[in-house]
Amino acid sequence: MSTPSKLREITFGKAVNEAISEEMRRDPRVFMMGEDIAEAGTTFKVLKGLVEEFGTQRIIDTPISEAGFAGMGVGAAMTGMRPIVDIMFGDFMTLTMDQIVNQAAKTHYMSGGKLKVPMVFRTTLGATRRSGAQHSQSLHAWVCHVPGLKVAIPSTPYDAKGLMKTAIRDDNPVVTFEDKMLFNTKGMVPEEEYTIPFGVADIKRVGTDITLVGTSSMVQVALEAAECLATLGIHAEVVDPRTLVPLDIETLVASAKKTSRVIVIDEGHYSYGITGELASTIADRAFYYLDAPVKRMGAMDVPVPFSPPLEDATVPTVDAVIDVAKMLCGRV
Amino acid sequence: MTNPNDPEPLLHFYQQMYKIRAFDEQVNQLYLRALMPGLAHLYIGEEAVAVGVCEALRQDDYITSTHRGHGHCLAKGASFDRMFAELLGKQAGYCRGKGGSMHIADQERNNLGANAIVGGSAGIATGAALSIKMRGSDQVAVCFFGEGALGEGLLYEVMNMAQLWSLPVIYVCENNLYNEYTHYSETVAGTFLGRPRAFGIHAVEVDGQDVQAVNNMAAELVQRARTGKGPSFLLCHTYRYSGHHVGDIDRSYYRSKEEETLWTTERDPLKNLAQMMIKKKMVDAPIFEQIQTEIRKEVDAAIQFAINAPYPDVSEVDQDVYA
Repeated sequence: MSTPSKLREITFGKAVNEAISEEMRRDPRVFMMGEDIAEAGTTFKVLKGLVEEFGTQRIIDTPISEAGFAGMGVGAAMTGMRPIVDIMFGDFMTLTMDQIVNQAAKTHYMSGGKLKVPMVFRTTLGATRRSGAQHSQSLHAWVCHVPGLKVAIPSTPYDAKGLMKTAIRDDNPVVTFEDKMLFNTKGMVPEEEYTIPFGVADIKRVGTDITLVGTSSMVQVALEAAECLATLGIHAEVVDPRTLVPLDIETLVASAKKTSRVIVIDEGHYSYGITGELASTIADRAFYYLDAPVKRMGAMDVPVPFSPPLEDATVPTVDAVIDVAKMLCGRV
Repeated sequence: MTNPNDPEPLLHFYQQMYKIRAFDEQVNQLYLRALMPGLAHLYIGEEAVAVGVCEALRQDDYITSTHRGHGHCLAKGASFDRMFAELLGKQAGYCRGKGGSMHIADQERNNLGANAIVGGSAGIATGAALSIKMRGSDQVAVCFFGEGALGEGLLYEVMNMAQLWSLPVIYVCENNLYNEYTHYSETVAGTFLGRPRAFGIHAVEVDGQDVQAVNNMAAELVQRARTGKGPSFLLCHTYRYSGHHVGDIDRSYYRSKEEETLWTTERDPLKNLAQMMIKKKMVDAPIFEQIQTEIRKEVDAAIQFAINAPYPDVSEVDQDVYA
């Protein structure tokens, strides 16, 4: 990737907003539909300003009918448009599952490659916002399990923008997950246009002693843990897959071979989730290079509780990552 | 206006309906001879609905279809050979054998595909209508579904949006009386037409065994949609002659032989059309025999083609997962 000449600091939310605006300017087929996305700019205000520029014909406020407008997105995508369907909370994706899983994901294959569904399902993940069990889930593993879908899961403003632009240009249904706790975090983003290819992991910090594979908000947790571990003389490498489908197996495995120890950290539930897939893939391909079993850290297998101390106990923390890393490195 | 005494359009309707009947009769035979993998849902008895509606459409108008979709597919112009090939899982099929009976899509004729989720294509058809409107086209989208789909919430979500945004979509409800093995009186509260009308959608009903009536009504609704007057709902009263699927032979626990006989002898869309034309002296009786013989010949050739066609190479299994 060429070094960007001019950088400025913007929020994650602004980065998403810029990606969508730029693509809508570039391609008249791109439009957006969802609940309160126009004047309200969504609950999180991330889409503020879009309706002023593109009008209500392209930034379409829908009734509260997730399955309905998700399905309409599929139909519009099959007939020449490139919709972005906004599902306000990842939890509401449950209401759209037939449209995502049975319709969007399978149409290209079932039609023998004739029909295409170029669309984006944009939604959220992440707990600790004190929103209770039905507004806090991280359900990205669900869609990763369905062939035909691509899944992007950015952790920084830079990645959020580049991946969203690629998602919009992709000819397949792409589900993008943004951690709602990241919307106000800031990062450096080039002023000029760029995209980030799918299936290319990013090494967020270079290290030699242990690999911390983190996704979405867990990248920040891993980076903070790496900072603390450095003071103990443990040099952690932090790898962010950025897209789960397609997955950059080579970069993950190369890092594991280099450091010989791996922790996979993800905010989805521990059981049957992303960490299991990544850990087994790494263990399978880097087995002879590993000095310890690949460890997994995920959210507890409980519905996300409301009470703040309870909720905080459900997700992997910096301290917990440090403890596991020290144990793997024989420092306990 | 077409001349009501001109037999040609009606003969064409007959031909189209007989294509569906001959096709699905042979599908049943393939099943009985164990030549067809899986199973199939026959459209026999409901031909006037698909033909009446599709004859009111242009080739570039969209349709979405159902698990009982062979009739829609043929009425929109699909060819026998590639359909049989798809049913047998052959590479020459419309979907290279990857779709099968319940998933035939025919992109060239804007058939967006059959759907094995009841009511599952309501979103797709309505989304196609949204796309039509956004592109400033004068196409229309037709969503075929059975009365069983009235139990699915998706339909109501999208009908609401279709009316809110005045989309060019026609919801064609084929009431063949049975949700699988259950009479609709056990599953539908209130009235059929009360549902679309609750959204303010223009809703009408028609004798689904009368191809002319269906076609006239459909033409009116298509014209409405094409000229920006928004969505409509067409309720067609019809009957599924066979079981829910090809293996559903013992049907006595959910419907009587007498009922079946009544529909097949007195309400048959093909017989009734032929009798009417003969009675009105529009044609001579033998012409229907001729049409049937010709179509059966085509069907037989298509079956031979499909049986002899190769399966897709196993290397195709992971092709087209992604575009």
